[in-house]
Amino acid sequence: MTSSERTGQIIIDIILILVALTTVFPFLQVITVSLSTTADINAFGLHLFPKHFDLGGFKLLLGYSLIWRGYLNTIIRVLTGTTLSIFLTVLGAYALAQKELPNRTFWTGIIIFTMYFGGGLIPSYLLVKDLGLRNTLFALILPGAISTYNMIITRNFFMSLPKSLIESAKIDGANDFRILFQIVLPLSKAILATIALWYGVGQWNSWFDCMIYMDKESGYVLQMVLRRLLLQGQQPDPNGVDVQVINPDNMKMAAVIVATVPIMCIYPFFQKYFVKGVMVGSLKG
Amino acid sequence: MQSETTTIREEKSGSTISRSSHRKKSLFKQYVKNRYLFYMLIPVLAFYIIFHYGPMYGIVIAFKDFYPLRGILGSPWVGLKHFHEVFSGLFFWDVFRNTIIISSYKLIFGFPAPIILALLINEVRHMGFKKTIQTVTYLPHFISWVVLAGIFIEFLSPSRGPINVILQSMGQKPVYFLGDPRLFRGVIVSTSIWKEIGWGTIIYLAAMSGVDPELYDVAELDGAGRFQKMWNITLPSILPVIVIMLIFSAGSIINDDFDQIFNLLNNSVMQVGDVISTYVYREGLTKMNYSYATAVGLFKNIISFALVLLTNSIARKTSEYSIW
Repeated sequence: MTSSERTGQIIIDIILILVALTTVFPFLQVITVSLSTTADINAFGLHLFPKHFDLGGFKLLLGYSLIWRGYLNTIIRVLTGTTLSIFLTVLGAYALAQKELPNRTFWTGIIIFTMYFGGGLIPSYLLVKDLGLRNTLFALILPGAISTYNMIITRNFFMSLPKSLIESAKIDGANDFRILFQIVLPLSKAILATIALWYGVGQWNSWFDCMIYMDKESGYVLQMVLRRLLLQGQQPDPNGVDVQVINPDNMKMAAVIVATVPIMCIYPFFQKYFVKGVMVGSLKG
Repeated sequence: MQSETTTIREEKSGSTISRSSHRKKSLFKQYVKNRYLFYMLIPVLAFYIIFHYGPMYGIVIAFKDFYPLRGILGSPWVGLKHFHEVFSGLFFWDVFRNTIIISSYKLIFGFPAPIILALLINEVRHMGFKKTIQTVTYLPHFISWVVLAGIFIEFLSPSRGPINVILQSMGQKPVYFLGDPRLFRGVIVSTSIWKEIGWGTIIYLAAMSGVDPELYDVAELDGAGRFQKMWNITLPSILPVIVIMLIFSAGSIINDDFDQIFNLLNNSVMQVGDVISTYVYREGLTKMNYSYATAVGLFKNIISFALVLLTNSIARKTSEYSIW
């Protein structure tokens, strides 16, 4: 490398490190506040490292029964929702991937059409309400059960598998269900990992459906509990139920951390899968 | 096969009848032959019919005065009354303006950002460093806006946020990032870029990895420097991807990020920050003006769909990539 190239490389490296730090920087304050005492928080100054390491915020949070309820509800919806979604997605993707599917273009067309036009918020809300799904788990896992984008990516992946595999299985007399579950799926671990991550994260982060479909606190998911913790006492409560509670800041930040750390820990392990998934999906064949 | 067709032609009078009944027969046979595929498709279709096409039927509410107790069929038809309300009203155009302005800022500043970052990441030779940078920058994409709102409300706090602390210790007044109508849109756009810039590099880096390395070697021999290589080789090579992404981003100009705006919006900045989706939510679900809100939503969806058709035909004419 010439010396000017070397300086160029150093400048680029520094810029990239700055970008990475900018990404991480806002989290630093949150972590610090969650581990500080109220006195330290209210004192003037930068809050990048805790002056006195204090777990009071976390202790308050653990004593807040709603956070446990929220965690439980979120785990339930993540597990059931992701399983249902993967199941339906794989079925649809395999069927659409086969050229022998009668009226294949038509079925693909009416499904993809829904990516670009829909009823909108109000008709969807009224539908879920009229189906009697409000205040049930189904309101959280059914309306979004299939992501068309995820299904198309999975379909493209299935289409890229060698046709000889399926053909020889058919000659041996296997039907499509057996082919899907015993031959195709074992070869599809990468794409399954990708959509499992995307569906799982989607379920974990969902809060709006909980807000409009769940009336009682017992139905709140983690993100909803977090929202309530953060907003309580700051705006007039439309329900008029809350007393003017203002939660301590270290407790709020502890809640923020607890609501997102699992995702932060999991996604790096799926990195090579979802990177490939995006490529397969956007450069549509 | 051929003898079958001949037999049918002999039995019926017109050739058209025999051909179409032959086609209908074989279609039915195809469904029977591939019935397992169709069995797989049935639950998927049921999902789409109920949860996607069902609400599309509900759009008709926009043309009625909808009373929930009377149901859709029992509510009176009013034609375009709600659309008149929308277009002649005070609030909708503010909300429409905000949506377009915020989307435009996001397009102007947010579109080039991942491309530039991808170009920089592409220059890194050390695999460990490259992968670490990528992992770190992917992080915000996976985090919900409830969490991010919590983070930014804290980070941009007038009393505690680092920027304001530094300003105040220099004798300046604190900046109300989230409460100042002059700054709110900027905050929305910046935090949105911060969140998605890493994720956005994926597709550009994938395109860059497809460039023939020999092109760089030849340029090296010609004495090209790093930035000359970027400008003359890398960028032109990924231009098709850039164009297609640009076309589709521009086509989403009427879309907004409900999650982000809803979690950061507050009373002081409604005038500049309220967008179509938050307006529809407030009017429809909190104020229960179901028909009016559906009309607003329908207007947005129709424009959005028209833009998709438009951008896709442009995309098809300018490059090989398109949706269909």
